[in-house]
Amino acid sequence: MSRRPLVRECPPTTWYFRQPRYMRYMSREITSIFVGAYCVLLVVGLQRLADGPMAWEGFLLALQSPASIVFQILALVAAVYHAATWFNATQKAMPIQIGEGFVPGKLISGAHYAAWAVLSLIVLILAGVF
Amino acid sequence: MAKSHKPVVWFPFAAGGTVIAFCMPVIVLLTLLAALGHAPAGLDYQNMHVFARSGLGKLIIFGVVALSLWSSAHRLRCTCYDFGLRADTLAATVLYAAAIFGSIAAAVFLARI
Repeated sequence: MSRRPLVRECPPTTWYFRQPRYMRYMSREITSIFVGAYCVLLVVGLQRLADGPMAWEGFLLALQSPASIVFQILALVAAVYHAATWFNATQKAMPIQIGEGFVPGKLISGAHYAAWAVLSLIVLILAGVF
Repeated sequence: MAKSHKPVVWFPFAAGGTVIAFCMPVIVLLTLLAALGHAPAGLDYQNMHVFARSGLGKLIIFGVVALSLWSSAHRLRCTCYDFGLRADTLAATVLYAAAIFGSIAAAVFLARI
């Protein structure tokens, strides 16, 4: 009698419907699509900026189309979700040991959130939003 | 079998993930404000041009764009695989090439400003 290894069936395209945690994993994966597309938008914006004032105004005007607004709202949600999950993961990715014990994970993630808030606020102030 | 190309891929990925987490939400928020007709003064051509012409501005813009592109390419590669696309070499080649191309394009545009 030959021993056969246990091979679990794994449907390649629908495996993540099996468990909520797989779904959460995939929902984070999907954010990369919007973030990646937004990076392309940034490069295009840079080109328009290099092309001069008229091109830049045209770029800002093109941003106002309904499709662009919907996309940017989705990109904003994706970017915030990426940020939150990234900061939540920092406490697992880089635990800090002091003596025998570890710095509480919540403190590490919390510090990232605080730095994020301060940095975002500085950028908003420098951009003249307030 | 000590050498691996993985650190080369991984370092910009991790750096990019951090850059995206810290910078991307506020950048999207700024362009979204502009899209909704409330463009902040910082997005005026004059201000953007001054920022992108300074050495520090160029460095910040290129760093954010290039690292975000690379990180996104790496994540999209994983996403392709997770959605069942098993042609990983093809996906990696296309996506990394796109990220490198986008970074070079960003550098060229910045040099022209």
